[in-house]
Amino acid sequence: MSKYTMHLMVCGGTSCNSAESDVIVCNLRDEIDAKGLSDKVQVITTGCFGFCGKGPIVKVMPDNIIYVQVKPEDTQTIIEEHVIKGRKVERLLYRDPKTNEIVGDSKHMSVFKKQLRIVLRNCGVINPENIDEYIARDGYQALGKVLTEMTPGQVINVVKDSGQRGRGGAGFPTGLKWDIASKNKADQKYVVCNADEGDPGAFMDRSVLEGDPHSVLEAMAICGYSIGASEGLIYVRAEYPMAIRRLKIAINQAHEYGLLGKDIFGKGFNFDITLRYGAGAFVCGEETALIHSMEGLRGEPTIKPPFPAQSGYLGKPTNVNNVETFAAIPVIILQGAEWFSKIGTEKSKGTKVFALAGKINNVGLIEVPMGTTLREIIFQIGGGIRNGKKFKAVQTGGPSGGCLTEKHLDMPIDFDNLIAAGSMMGSGGMIVMDEDNCMVSVAKFFLDFMVDESCGKCAPCRIGNKRLHELLSRICDGKGIPEDLDRLRNMSLVIKDTALCGLGQSSPNPVLSTLDNFMNEYEAHVKDKKCPAGECKNLMEYVVNEENCVGCTACARVCPVNAISGQRKEVHHIDPTICIKCGACKEKCKFDAIFIR
Amino acid sequence: MSQIKSLPDLKKKREELKTGLINAIESKNQVQVKVAMATCGIASGAKPIMEFFMEQLEKRNIPAVVTQTGCMGYCYAEPTVEVKLPGQDPVVYGFVDLKRADQIIEKYIKTGELVDGIIPVNYETIDSKE
Ligand SMILES: Cc1cc2nc3c(=O)[nH]c(=O)nc-3n(C[C@H](O)[C@H](O)[C@H](O)COP(=O)(O)O)c2cc1C
Repeated sequence: MSKYTMHLMVCGGTSCNSAESDVIVCNLRDEIDAKGLSDKVQVITTGCFGFCGKGPIVKVMPDNIIYVQVKPEDTQTIIEEHVIKGRKVERLLYRDPKTNEIVGDSKHMSVFKKQLRIVLRNCGVINPENIDEYIARDGYQALGKVLTEMTPGQVINVVKDSGQRGRGGAGFPTGLKWDIASKNKADQKYVVCNADEGDPGAFMDRSVLEGDPHSVLEAMAICGYSIGASEGLIYVRAEYPMAIRRLKIAINQAHEYGLLGKDIFGKGFNFDITLRYGAGAFVCGEETALIHSMEGLRGEPTIKPPFPAQSGYLGKPTNVNNVETFAAIPVIILQGAEWFSKIGTEKSKGTKVFALAGKINNVGLIEVPMGTTLREIIFQIGGGIRNGKKFKAVQTGGPSGGCLTEKHLDMPIDFDNLIAAGSMMGSGGMIVMDEDNCMVSVAKFFLDFMVDESCGKCAPCRIGNKRLHELLSRICDGKGIPEDLDRLRNMSLVIKDTALCGLGQSSPNPVLSTLDNFMNEYEAHVKDKKCPAGECKNLMEYVVNEENCVGCTACARVCPVNAISGQRKEVHHIDPTICIKCGACKEKCKFDAIFIR
Repeated sequence: MSQIKSLPDLKKKREELKTGLINAIESKNQVQVKVAMATCGIASGAKPIMEFFMEQLEKRNIPAVVTQTGCMGYCYAEPTVEVKLPGQDPVVYGFVDLKRADQIIEKYIKTGELVDGIIPVNYETIDSKE
């Protein structure tokens, strides 16, 4: 076994690293060598501890002590006091900000464990292609319990009492949805799992299907029992081949064990699941469009009512839920409604999975209790902004959501707070933006997506979004006028009010929320013809700082269009009419003599 | 495969599997290696890493089971690999390339000596949440 009796684990996450954790590692190793301890104590760099606000972090094992905000000059103390004399270095221990008490043993430091994995309980733990591993971790126990010990009404009540709300975007209470579907009488009903996941930057549902497909199958069967349906369909996009493969394997294995099919658990309940493939249109994630697509019709939405629970797939009562909504159900059944409803906020229970993307250090998949703040997500779990840049905004709810800013960082996230702040939960994508992102361009980017994805059925969405996009392009090109800003807002509001389905009704949200939060940036574009973030090419000008320029000619040589003139050892000049703003000169200049105006 | 016909059946199966899986591994003193093989992991090169572990552990005569698993959530540190030595808590390594995979076998698996790139557990599970 290991010859080492003690380990010093130093966080080498990007955020801690920029705060000199690499120097700390070197110092620790030097001290250990100097004290002749190198065969007893080992220094290891680790990935992010998810506690970047207090980094750099050094954890001592096996003592389980965590030191925070360690500086390179503290290393000597840690070695002399803790490693040699076995005394904790009090001033480096973490203090609870409220009580100011020292929190020593990292096992009790809930601050380090912001995440709680319910939906992702098995992801990265079991082999998704082996049903036995799922069963060994309580898989299908909830289905067994429901069929053996509960009536459909009791199951619906548990789901209602748990406070579970749909994770597909709208946050509709799941128990209520099941109740409505159960009360509609019909010879045949359907359970549909919405695995379309069309938001750019979202990969929560894919990860669940790839990591724990049985949890969704089990929950669909539980839903089928509750509402009186014997058939389930999973609508999954064809771009998710790995998810499809693992779902197929899972369905086959469940059949072999008799956990799907006829007379499940000998209780006379039949349930079967088939897959339907989507071609990847965003609008097909909308439940009515999804149902039409499954019926072989064009993937276009229809007006609600009738809701799917009344008349859905093939005109029969249909219950549509999202992947993540389903994946939590077996846990709710086994742990109970009360357990689940203790997690989260008053009106949003349980946890939410987020896909962190954009200018953030720890791009990844996380699951946190509802009510966690954006600051905790972005700056602790997410490790903060890349390259030490300044946080500017975070887009939640994908292209239908809105951006949140600095002032929203300490708001507990739940369905209702996000709506109140002008955004929405959506399916859980979180795209983080830094100071270099132009918010007008961000709005344009999402509108671009919406124009592409609009199905064209209703005029407000088909034509309105196109006009919005034109206005935004004009502004980014430096051809906007101040009146455009009112026009943008008015048109957005009309589209919201008049579009047929959720796609059009929410498509102007990125425009409205950037107008609300970043009016000064829009004004800079239309009035001063400047892009403060320096992203809109047509609004930028590369200029030579005459004081710094030494006339080395390096810029002129690298310019692909010969826009730079000047004699050797004399100040150079960039011709803005020729310059294509590629930035090559700025990159090449060793004297910081080229800047963007 | 025999069918599961009732809830007691399933419970029995669960207990068998639990003890079976654990016993099989512990009694043979096997090392357990899990490679995160969701789309993201595979895209970052998890497949050759998994093959490397399978091949090399056998070649170097180390009793081990290598399996695939889903996404562990650390997209920024893919490929990620969890290694469990007999009788110890599992350790997750990030940024595993062939060189680090080799170090993991030579150092961690053979001698228990830790290797750089450990990802600390930063979440609670259903069981730890009372
Ligand atoms: C344009 C649009 C796209 C949508 N895309 C998805 C999606 O990809 N996945 C999803 O689960 N729900 C999506 N929804 C929401 C569904 O219409 C529906 O509300 C949801 O599947 C219901 O499940 P839940 O109650 O579990 O949230 C979308 C809605 C709209 C308007």
